[in-house]
Order: sequence, then C-alpha cells, then structure tokens
Amino acid sequence: MTVTVDPALAADARRERRFFLSLSLPALFIVGLAAILPILWIIRQSFLTTGGEYTVGNYAKVLSSGLTWSALVTTLELSLGTLAICILLGTPLALALASVRPRVANVLMAFVMLPLWTAILVRTYGWLVLLRRDGLINAALTGSGLTAEPLPLVYNFTGTLIGMVHYMLPLFLLPVYAAMRDIDQNLIRAAASMGATLGQVMRTVIMPLSAGGIFSGSIIVLIYSIGFFITPAVLGGGKVNPLSTRIERALSTFQDWGSASVLGILLLVLMALIGVMLLAARRLLAHNTVDASHA
Amino acid sequence: MKSLPITIDSVSKAYGSYVALDDVSLDIQAGEFLTLLGPSGSGKTTLLMALAGFVRPDSGKLLLGDRDITRLAPNKRDIGIVFQNYALFPHMNVLANVAYPLALRKTPRAEARQRALATLARVKLDGLAERNVAALSGGQRQRVALARAIVFEPRVMLMDEPLSALDKNLRETMQYEIRRLHDDLGITTIYVTHDQREALIMSDRIAVMNSGRIQQIDTPQRIYDRPSTRFVAEFMGEANIVAPGSVRRIDGAEVSRETLMIRAESFHLDAKLVGGDGVALEGILRAKAFRGENWLLTLALDGGQEVLVCIPAALAGGCAELAAGRRMTAYAPAAKVHAIPGAMA
Repeated sequence: MTVTVDPALAADARRERRFFLSLSLPALFIVGLAAILPILWIIRQSFLTTGGEYTVGNYAKVLSSGLTWSALVTTLELSLGTLAICILLGTPLALALASVRPRVANVLMAFVMLPLWTAILVRTYGWLVLLRRDGLINAALTGSGLTAEPLPLVYNFTGTLIGMVHYMLPLFLLPVYAAMRDIDQNLIRAAASMGATLGQVMRTVIMPLSAGGIFSGSIIVLIYSIGFFITPAVLGGGKVNPLSTRIERALSTFQDWGSASVLGILLLVLMALIGVMLLAARRLLAHNTVDASHA
Repeated sequence: MKSLPITIDSVSKAYGSYVALDDVSLDIQAGEFLTLLGPSGSGKTTLLMALAGFVRPDSGKLLLGDRDITRLAPNKRDIGIVFQNYALFPHMNVLANVAYPLALRKTPRAEARQRALATLARVKLDGLAERNVAALSGGQRQRVALARAIVFEPRVMLMDEPLSALDKNLRETMQYEIRRLHDDLGITTIYVTHDQREALIMSDRIAVMNSGRIQQIDTPQRIYDRPSTRFVAEFMGEANIVAPGSVRRIDGAEVSRETLMIRAESFHLDAKLVGGDGVALEGILRAKAFRGENWLLTLALDGGQEVLVCIPAALAGGCAELAAGRRMTAYAPAAKVHAIPGAMA
C-alpha cells in the first residue's frame, strides 16, 4: 500500500528535524575549533623544523630516543596500574553502593564524589602532606613502631599511582554503580533460589550484567590517565616521567615544538589504539552469551 | 520426586510500624496446591518471600518437612521459584537459563543439556532452546521461568503472581497448564495471586489474606460459598452483605437474626424457581447493565442499601425491558443464603 504524502506535512517534518539538528551546532563548532584545529596544527608542526622547513627529522629524533620509549612504558604502567586498582577497589564498592538502601547509597555516594569538588592541584599537594617522609602517614607508621624507617611513599611511582587512583576512582565508580543498580534484584534472588552461592551469583549474574559499566569506566580511566600531567609532575618528584611530562619538558626546557608535537601525536595514537582495543573486546564479549555450564 | 509438607508457625514481620505478617500459621500438605489470595499489601508476597528466604521474619518458624529452614540461606533451601517478572537471565539463551541450576550443581554438561531440553519439551518450548530470551513473547518467557524452576526437581515450588503480566486468554491457558504440571510432578506448590478467579480455578485450598493475617483457609468451593468474614465474602466475588431486617422468608417464617451473605448470581426474579424456605428482597431498580453472559441489576432496598442481582442472560428474557425506578423483588434459595458469623452489616 502506498500513501500519498502531503508536501506541506513533509516540509513540516523536515523543518522539525533540521531544528533539532541545529541544536547541536554550537557544541559542534566549539569542539571543532578547540579540538580538531589544534590537532591539525600539531600534525603540521610535527613535520616542521624550528626554521619552518618540511622535515621528518622530528620523528626520527623522537622515535629513536630511548627516553621516548621509557616514557611510553611509564605511561602504560601508570594507566594500567591505575585501572587495575580502580577495578579492584571500585567494583566491590559499586556493588556495596548498589545493594544498600537508596538513602544510605546517596550519602555514601556524596563521600565518594567529595574529591571531585576539590581542585586537582590542591588534592595533589594534599597527598604530598600525607605521604612525605615526615608526613602524617609515615609519622603514624614510625610513631606506632609498625615500621622502623619511614616508607618511600612519594616522589616515586607509588606516590604517583596513589594520586592517580584517588582522582580516577569516583569517575570509574559512576558507570559501574549505574550498571549494577540497574540489575533486577529478582535476577539475584532467582540465582540464589536455584542454589547459587554469593560467589556464583557474582560470577554468573552480577559481573556479566555490569560488564558494560566496567568497560565504560575503564575507558574513562585509561583516557584520562594516559594524559595525566600534574600528579606525576608533583608526586613523581622528577623520577616518574610519562609522555605528558616529556612533552612539557620538550616545550618549556628546549622550546622544541617539533618533538613535542611528535610526542603529542604518539599520545593520540596510543589513546586511539586503546579505545579500539576496548571496543573490540566489548563487542567480542557481547556476542558470546555467557555459558551457564561454567558457573 | 518426593515432595514435602510446609509448616508456617506463627510468623510475624513488621517494617517499622507497618505489620506485613501478623502471627501467620499455616500447614501445607505434601503435594498440595495452595494459593495465597489477597489484595496488594495483604502480606501474601511477604509470606512467599519469607519461605524463599529473601525476607527474614521477626519471629516464628518455617519448616520444610521436619527441617527448620527459618535461618537457612536461600540457596540451601532447594525451593523452585517463579517470579512475577520471570527474572530470566538476559545474558543467557533459553537453554542456558534452564540449565543454570543444573550447572550450579555440577551436573555433567551432556546430562544438564539433555535434562534442560526434556524440561523445555515438558513446557512446550521444543525448538526454542537456542533462542535469545529477549526474542521471546511473554507467554514463552513464562514457560522458560517455569522450566527453570522445576528442572532441578525442587521439593517445593513458589509462584509469585506468575501470570499477572499475560493477557486474559493466555492467562487462562497457563492456569490449566500450571495446574497440570503440578499434578504431573506432584510438587508442593504455593501460588500467590490477587485474582480470585485464578485462585478458584487452580487451587486445592485457598488462604485468603488481608492486612498481614490469614482470614480463612479452605477449599475453593467453601471459601466461595461459606466465607467466614465479610472481607472474604466481598473479595471472592459479587457479594451482598445484608442486614437481617431487610430480608423476609418467602413462606413467611421467621428469618434468623444474623448478617447474611447472598452472592449476586444466587438471585432469581421468579419466586417459583426458589423454594418456600428461600428469601425475598424488595427494592427499586436503580441501574442495569448487560455484561454478555448476564445482566447486572442494582436494587435499592427500602433501608437504602444497594444489592447487586445477577441474572443469566438465558433466563433474563424480560431484563432488557425493565425500566429504572420500578419496584421489584429478587429471590434467593435457602442454600445460597449464608450467615456470616459475627459480622455486622
């Protein structure tokens, strides 16, 4: 059956669609201006000498430097370490938040979100106060005789990781908590009624159904932590040098825009790779329904 | 399969000042199909969830056979449950859902598969084993939930309004199928519903609940014909609760001074169809409605009380012509007039 379309009504429908599409224009404009243009500019910079001539020398110099590769490794170690700790700490926390009464959950959630309301620089220096050799934590440890010597908690990898996890945990928690809260309580009850222990419920029901949230949280953590600068700069004490601090040094110490641009592109490629890998992993998981016989 | 009796012994549960279960005691025989019937908030689902282990009673005891299960974890109770919204695992296909309880029991894979398929055939879902749960209709999901609850041969089955989401025709089909499945398996079943027709059709016995208490436990027929309280009378169907003064005996003899319950469909408009020991009610016709299989007449008695009179369409030749406002008499046979002990009209 064909329906003859009234041109006036069709025009109305078109106008409506255009109106809603036009709502996205201001945001698109800013994103285009503030993200795409600078990226194009950085790509151009990476192929120019300080004199402004075309070259691939910047790439050769940066990619052949051992410092670059160790910075890359540090970046990956920091990001994956942060992610692993976020998963280990955040998943049980999200489960706890999702299982308590909504009123209690809201109060706990406010505590979790509290750090997000504080500027990152303040928080980072806050950790410095806590973690220093003569800081609160070491004072408590040596004072109570738990350790003879103060522990090296800051100006190293450990300190950087602590600071980064502190920043990322709430951001990881949000999507995981949302996914777990959406799990129908009756699914958990049903599993229990059929004989599932708490561990089996976790493995066969809760984890598969919150996998989407954990993936989203992981993407957020990785994308943020790959570019982390302030935390490694302050809490790393010069000894922890991911790509971000290398970029800063190339610019402020050497005014080497070419090398800095190449490092920036390296960072972009890394993010894109991780993003693609995570999406692929997620798709792979979604296509395999969980086999109950592995319960 | 050996099914077990259930004993509920003075179970109470309060949420703050709200009493969900008020000293409930109930014995269910092995292999019995018992329905907990009541309006929402009557405590029927709370009682079911207490049996399942998801609600911890404040006091009282729950026994499965001789075994006290009051403090037993839900996963150790060996009770099959069908939930109102089915609670099928969305990340597993039909077969995996049904095989889930077997997998938990470390049943060998081939055997689990074979038993799951056999159970699916039993609930008439052959050929849908590999289907995604999201691709099923409401009725099919209901059957998967049923299969999953019986596949591990539990001693007891609990069903929480399992048919409330289905449309009327499907619901009626499923009522017979669930009852037949129960008879085949002989499994002790507690069924929760707020639908009195469903309770009447399916049950061996019905426990009518209201405000956390069991009002009456009896066979469907006795619950319907001989309700022990006004609440049960009105919940089970179109009941008229009439004060003794507004009724007279057809043969003129004395009427007992008790509050009476007469169901709407017990009335006749012709005194000859009712014996002399029957009763008559006189009033003014207020409204009439044609409902397909019958006519529903509303009579206003002289005292002002309204009485519903239901006349089968086959016997209601003159009903269409009856005009509102006219005075008429309805008759009910003595056997259908039930005195409610202690109830005030």
